[in-house]
Amino acid sequence: MSELKTEQLSINMGPQHPSTHGVLRLVLTLDGEIVTEVKPVLGYLHRCFEKHCESMTYPQVIPYTDRMDYLNSMNNELAYVLAAEKLLGIQVPERVEYIRVIMSELQRIASHLVAIGTYGNDAGAFTPFLYCFMDREKILELFDIVCGARLLYNYIWVGGLSHDITPEFVTKTKEFMKYFRPRIKQLNNLLSYNKIFIERTAGIGILPQDVAINAGVSGPTLRGSGVKYDLRKDDKYSIYDRFDFDVCVGTGERGVVGDSWNRYIVRAYEMEQSLRIIEQAIDNIPEGDVQSAVPKRVKPVVGESYVRTESPKGELAYYIISDGSLNPYRIKARSPSFCNLSVINQISRGHMIADVVMILGSFDIVLGCIDR
Amino acid sequence: MEINEIYNKLKSVFGDGIGELKTDLPVRPFFFADASKIDAVALFLRDEVSLQFDNLSCLSGVDYNKDNLAVVYHLCSYALGHQLVVKCLVPKSDPKIKSVSDVWAAAEWHEREAFDLVGMIFEGHPDLRRILLPDDWEGHPLRKDYKVPEFYNGMKVPY
Amino acid sequence: MGILNKLDNSVEQFESGNIIITSMDKLLNWSRLSSMWQMFFGLACCAIEMMATSASHYDLDRFGIIPRPSPRHVDIILISGTVTLKMATRIKRLYDEMPAPKYILSMGSCANCGGPYWEHGYHVLKGIDRVIPVDVYVPGCPPRPEALLEGLIKLQEKIRNQSLAKHTA
Repeated sequence: MSELKTEQLSINMGPQHPSTHGVLRLVLTLDGEIVTEVKPVLGYLHRCFEKHCESMTYPQVIPYTDRMDYLNSMNNELAYVLAAEKLLGIQVPERVEYIRVIMSELQRIASHLVAIGTYGNDAGAFTPFLYCFMDREKILELFDIVCGARLLYNYIWVGGLSHDITPEFVTKTKEFMKYFRPRIKQLNNLLSYNKIFIERTAGIGILPQDVAINAGVSGPTLRGSGVKYDLRKDDKYSIYDRFDFDVCVGTGERGVVGDSWNRYIVRAYEMEQSLRIIEQAIDNIPEGDVQSAVPKRVKPVVGESYVRTESPKGELAYYIISDGSLNPYRIKARSPSFCNLSVINQISRGHMIADVVMILGSFDIVLGCIDR
Repeated sequence: MEINEIYNKLKSVFGDGIGELKTDLPVRPFFFADASKIDAVALFLRDEVSLQFDNLSCLSGVDYNKDNLAVVYHLCSYALGHQLVVKCLVPKSDPKIKSVSDVWAAAEWHEREAFDLVGMIFEGHPDLRRILLPDDWEGHPLRKDYKVPEFYNGMKVPY
Repeated sequence: MGILNKLDNSVEQFESGNIIITSMDKLLNWSRLSSMWQMFFGLACCAIEMMATSASHYDLDRFGIIPRPSPRHVDIILISGTVTLKMATRIKRLYDEMPAPKYILSMGSCANCGGPYWEHGYHVLKGIDRVIPVDVYVPGCPPRPEALLEGLIKLQEKIRNQSLAKHTA
């Protein structure tokens, strides 16, 4: 049998494939069923965000940031607005800061729910997907109450917010928190500690710490490798230093530290922590006007700013260069998914095709964010 | 470490390869480094024990002014917690700069993006192809003088 | 019987109960519109709303709309999001791979006309109808799930009025 000739096979996964989470294309080189190389091909959703910014005024850019990482609009807005405010030197009212934190933590839960639901779906478990979307729908309802939009909000403005929150929002949020806590436990029983799911994910795609840091991997993907690094704690943007919460890392409770299961479970833990932050914030919102600091004309001085924030996907940063006019000279978005995806070749070599699906899902990529 | 200490340390090693420290602009001080020496500067920044910039947070290509493009490196250190901004000027007539992708793996895709959208050539990059736009695309869209093509592959581009 | 209720005024039923008579058009249209299998295919932001619509809260299943991963299995394709120039040729190919009769629903402003990217989007196709024919346009950025459902019901109406004798595009 030794004279049998074998050839490497090259196959396309995507751009239309149910488990690439959008329009990503992976070119897999296979030796039988074993993957020897993964080449991601990006750009199928390149919507020219950075070119648009150069022709828009500063407030007009906010809706475009929404559409970048569309599962996570609030955090995108927050990151951009923080960078613009730093450039302008605006101090926003306390009330605004609190509401922003509540919104971005709610958004973090919603984003993680999609990540977990679709990840279960990738593994062949359809039920968790339905459960997650049911709970996510409740968060979208909360956003709907406060700004009328379900997905893309344009809610966080430079210097303030588009709408103030209502008492209805506060009571509904409290109701949601009461409802959601047991649901996390249920979800863990249903999916996280499910034997089949663990078999599919534990030990798959192990990402070592040093590789992760060197490749710019961030967020739950980095924390799954056991690096305790969270920009909410380490960079202390907005008012996150006032809240008490834990940074969750993968501990190798199942599988090995840095594998797909550990990356996944960080998200499940983080939802709990987000609830803790909202709980601390929701009762302490000070009175005030949310639009008192909104400038009539946003015209920063010549300069540049770079603000890093912790989005549900990882380190989301905006680099704004201003030439002193009404339009930004250049905006670069440092998207977390872009850097996270770049290690896929390194960690999926030697695995099966089906494992590549699990590795890709554990990064929780959003193509709008990668391609911009 | 404070920015001044980092700067002085670099200046003492690389001399003229490092430009003066600019602190007059708002937000964060930065300095220019020589585009032909940036790979050595990067390696020093990563491996020097007192600096340990183990993470390249962001690499941006910028159409800087009439004659120059720029590459901006945002570095941070997970180990020591400090941050740094380094810029490199690249003339538009000959946009060549040394790649730092073997120092930080994160740079590989960022450099491809900068090549794709702004159009500087990273020497020593393992795989310098377009990353976002199709391979047969012409021009670099984030240049200020970029003109949108009328047609691409038979499809009308403007509205 | 559910089928008879749906077909009511166009069905004639014999007294013995086992045989019904209807026109070929009515039967084909009825079966087509009540099992519009959809391509498992999302492009951008609208895809998330499409997923939300097919999840438990809005439940697309009750219209007989089931996502299928292969273009060879599907009847309708929802263009859910921004179509870029790089993607447009692929969508054209997916469309060509679908068996007829095939229907296209363009979801959201981007697929309709370029949406917010109409002016400076050098890499955005300004409307999917420049590449493939569209049956129903659903406006919105992104359309709410209710709007998507309305669009699908409109598509059902369109299918209901088709005829084998008449040629439709």
